[in-house]
Amino acid sequence: MIALLLRDLRLAVRAGGGFGLGLAFFLVVTVLIPFGVGPETGLLSRIAPGVLWIGALLACLLSLDRIFALDWEDGSLDLLATAPLPLEGIVTIKALAHWITTGLPLVLAAPALGVLLSLPPSGYLWVLVSLALGTPALSVIGTFGAALTVGLKRGGLLLSILVLPLYVPTLIFGAEVARRGAEGLAVQTPLLMLAGISFGTLALLPFASAAVLRINLR
Amino acid sequence: MSIWEYANPVKFIRTTDRILPWVSVAAVVCLGVGLVWGYFFTPDDYRQGATVKIIYLHVPAALMAINAWIMMLAASLIWIVRRHHVSALAARAAAPIGATFTVIALATGALWGQPMWGTWWAWDPRLTSFLILFLFYLGYMALWSAIENDDTAADLTSILCLVGSVFALLSRYAVLFWNQGLHQGASLSLDKEENVADVFWYPLLVCIAGFVLLFVALVFLRTQTEIRARRSRALLAREGRT
Repeated sequence: MIALLLRDLRLAVRAGGGFGLGLAFFLVVTVLIPFGVGPETGLLSRIAPGVLWIGALLACLLSLDRIFALDWEDGSLDLLATAPLPLEGIVTIKALAHWITTGLPLVLAAPALGVLLSLPPSGYLWVLVSLALGTPALSVIGTFGAALTVGLKRGGLLLSILVLPLYVPTLIFGAEVARRGAEGLAVQTPLLMLAGISFGTLALLPFASAAVLRINLR
Repeated sequence: MSIWEYANPVKFIRTTDRILPWVSVAAVVCLGVGLVWGYFFTPDDYRQGATVKIIYLHVPAALMAINAWIMMLAASLIWIVRRHHVSALAARAAAPIGATFTVIALATGALWGQPMWGTWWAWDPRLTSFLILFLFYLGYMALWSAIENDDTAADLTSILCLVGSVFALLSRYAVLFWNQGLHQGASLSLDKEENVADVFWYPLLVCIAGFVLLFVALVFLRTQTEIRARRSRALLAREGRT
């Protein structure tokens, strides 16, 4: 399992394009927002948590179709499926690799980008916490979507239609934690819900993803 | 003799062919009676005026939009467990109907909301979760049409339907938490406390029955079409013409 994780990470770093792309996209979206809504500091600081969440979600979405596509094309996905490791485990590792290469950099970059959006100082910690807690759920749900569309030509567009509605609860609770944290309100309830969604999807969705992948490899 | 015999496509078509005219006629009668009764023979509401009559389209459509998804969930489960093709095709046939009901509910809701709340749209929990339900329908139909192999498509959409149901439920509570809304609570429940007044209640009941019958008739019809389309594809394939 660790070997597979290391292989995926190495591929992501060396194959180019995939690793930094999500981060760059996140940066560009964040920079574009003030041009769209105007540079008013009060307005920006009010919408900053939501904007950071939307940006992270879109950046995450951008890299989803890479999870299985390359392995599917060169046939290594079939090899992985026949390996002694259960497919559920492989799917989980894939999601983990996706999170480390996409989610984690986003989490770390979000507070820095918060400066551009004049996020209130109390918000930095909570944006970090909510993204750290929420992005694993985004990766796991996205892995399910990627498994659904793996063999399809032009699956990328379909993937976003399938995955975005599934992202709704995570987005609502995640942005709510960040918003309440930035305004200094109590964050306990949405924080617990967000954690519940993350752990729940992590526990259950790999089974659905593996089942879907088995059908697609049939 | 068991219910599973109807999973045989030939038997399904023969039986539904016999039932379909009756269901269709009953649907038309119920809808006709309910709508005419509702629109011409009930008084205007003392607060809402004539706009209250949108209820005869809005409530049944909203009800069936959710019930269609539940029916698809049940059909998907039957497909996963017992692998009856008719069941998978029925789920596929129901999706566009459910999506249409969702659009009708959203549109009539907007028409009703404009004079009542002064806005076409509000980010209210009920409205928002209906919009999300519509997105789920779109994704489901898109996945069906994207996959070539019928059995693979049925398998994948069934699992999507299962996962989607869980997330639809989750979204419902998420948006409730996110925003407390404008929309009133349920106006139909079995205890009489919350119900709308009797004058509106009886025609509404007839309309709901009409919508249920209409849904059943359309699902039968569309499932038959799906079966026949698949048959003709198989025939063409046998002649080597695909």
